[in-house]
Amino acid sequence: MNYLKLKSTFENYLFILPAVVIFAIFYIIPFIWVFQLSVFEWDGISPLKTAIGLANFKEVITGDPIWWQSMLNAGYITIIALTFQNAVAFFLALACDREIRFKNWFRVIFFIPPVLSEVVVGLVWQWILDGNFGLLNGWLTKIGLAHLAKYWLSDPATALNTVAIIHCWKGFGWGFLIFLAGLQGIPRELYEAARVDGANAFYCFKNITIPLMIPVIVLVGILTILGTMQAFVLIMAMTGGGPAYHTQVPVLRIYASMQGASRFGYACAQSLIFGVILITISFIQYRFSGKQSR
Amino acid sequence: MKSAAYYTAKKITFNTFVYLFLISVALSCIFPLLWMLSSSLKTQETIFQDMSLIPRELHFENYMRAWTEGGFGRCFLNSIFYTTSVVFGIVIVSSLAAYAFSRFKFPGKNLIFYIFMGAMMIPIPGSFVALYVLLNKLHLRDTPVGYILCMINVGLSTSIFLLKTFFDKLPHELEDAARIDGCSKWGIWRHVALPLARPVLAVVIVFNTLNVWNEYFLALLIFDSPRLMPLQLGLMKLQGEFVTQYPLLMSGLTITALPIVLLYLLMQKYIVKGVTQGAVVG
Repeated sequence: MNYLKLKSTFENYLFILPAVVIFAIFYIIPFIWVFQLSVFEWDGISPLKTAIGLANFKEVITGDPIWWQSMLNAGYITIIALTFQNAVAFFLALACDREIRFKNWFRVIFFIPPVLSEVVVGLVWQWILDGNFGLLNGWLTKIGLAHLAKYWLSDPATALNTVAIIHCWKGFGWGFLIFLAGLQGIPRELYEAARVDGANAFYCFKNITIPLMIPVIVLVGILTILGTMQAFVLIMAMTGGGPAYHTQVPVLRIYASMQGASRFGYACAQSLIFGVILITISFIQYRFSGKQSR
Repeated sequence: MKSAAYYTAKKITFNTFVYLFLISVALSCIFPLLWMLSSSLKTQETIFQDMSLIPRELHFENYMRAWTEGGFGRCFLNSIFYTTSVVFGIVIVSSLAAYAFSRFKFPGKNLIFYIFMGAMMIPIPGSFVALYVLLNKLHLRDTPVGYILCMINVGLSTSIFLLKTFFDKLPHELEDAARIDGCSKWGIWRHVALPLARPVLAVVIVFNTLNVWNEYFLALLIFDSPRLMPLQLGLMKLQGEFVTQYPLLMSGLTITALPIVLLYLLMQKYIVKGVTQGAVVG
């Protein structure tokens, strides 16, 4: 009997074994190594690793203006995504929550940009925004606004904003779908009751829709911040971080420290500092959302 | 008291604005794809002058050239191979684990499950640095196996979560009946649990297919040999060449985007379900 029980427990472990092995090798070990490597100066190839204590961290914090510039850039894109992108997503969801025609068509179309890869989106928009032969400048010239035509992605004055807008274009569909699901979860009776009491549309929006949507808005906010701060493939495809670091973002810097400068320890230190910042932000947001829903 | 006509007029104006807003955003979503398609049918000479959406001559031979000269044929087959292997792997590995987490009792179960879930919440944006070192040590860099295992790992946590929540809500009766009939644990997993989980497996499959097909960065880290590269990598490589061949690039982009758009249009029901469920996870 005891033998059978042991065999059964063993069998239970066999079910999770493949998942645990893959996860341990490709998630847990790299996770631990990031901490270990961060205290070394190492080029990634040579057998010699020099332990230098916390010097890497010190250098990231005090001696790396480009790193903090990249953090500011990512923060800037995030703020645009939080306000502009999520506002558009919210109003689209409001519009689609009403009784309108072709509702499903709109819903299907709005989620096309999110299912495309960042490389495809980046390269297509790079072609449209091309300074010499791009469609956008072609149109501007045609309608007599040639003075507005720009090298959108290689002019330092416009590069970051352009990248931010394309990032919003790619991402608003997520927020839209989550907002729409939230709106559809609001009981219709609330609106009907308010109508009977003589409330107008704006009053309903302000006193029913907004309060009930706060948890969803916070959720989309957290997802937007975490997603946008870590976004980089789209930028890699559109500008590669240029012109002259104007569209650099933290993950690109980590990759550059590793591949370009061959400083693996330094790259790990950067990524740990970045990880701590991200966890702090989402923790603050989480606390905030906890208060709101109570 | 304002007249009925006033209210009708007000409503019509309001609705017009709503529709204008919706339609303009919808156009902005579709237009870049149409422009990509249109550019892929022009030649290297006409592409810089012809600003019309429908080109005067349609050069379908661009696709032939992209497929052979551009190397997209091989990339396409690679992408298909990686995507099917990874999705198949994720379905097997995560459904086994999710079933055990939901149904069996064994020491350490909750701890292990929470570690898996923790991986979804804790962002470690730079773990790729260590992953690169690890793959080098294991001699898995520049091999399909290395890439496939890494990508299985990427999709694991979310898939386990989705499947476990589904199994938790599933009544036990069918499995009990199978057990009484002498079916082993593996048999129940294979012949009862998996078929019942079909709706949520569809979500898992669709989401992971999108994810693997669209993945670029891990492929960039892992693959050096052009013959192993998936589509996303092939695109960036062609784009990085000295003089970009735009019609070829646009054909390559179309070859990459078309399967995913078709899959999305066919499976959009599951995607909407996945987004709204997945959002609860985050």
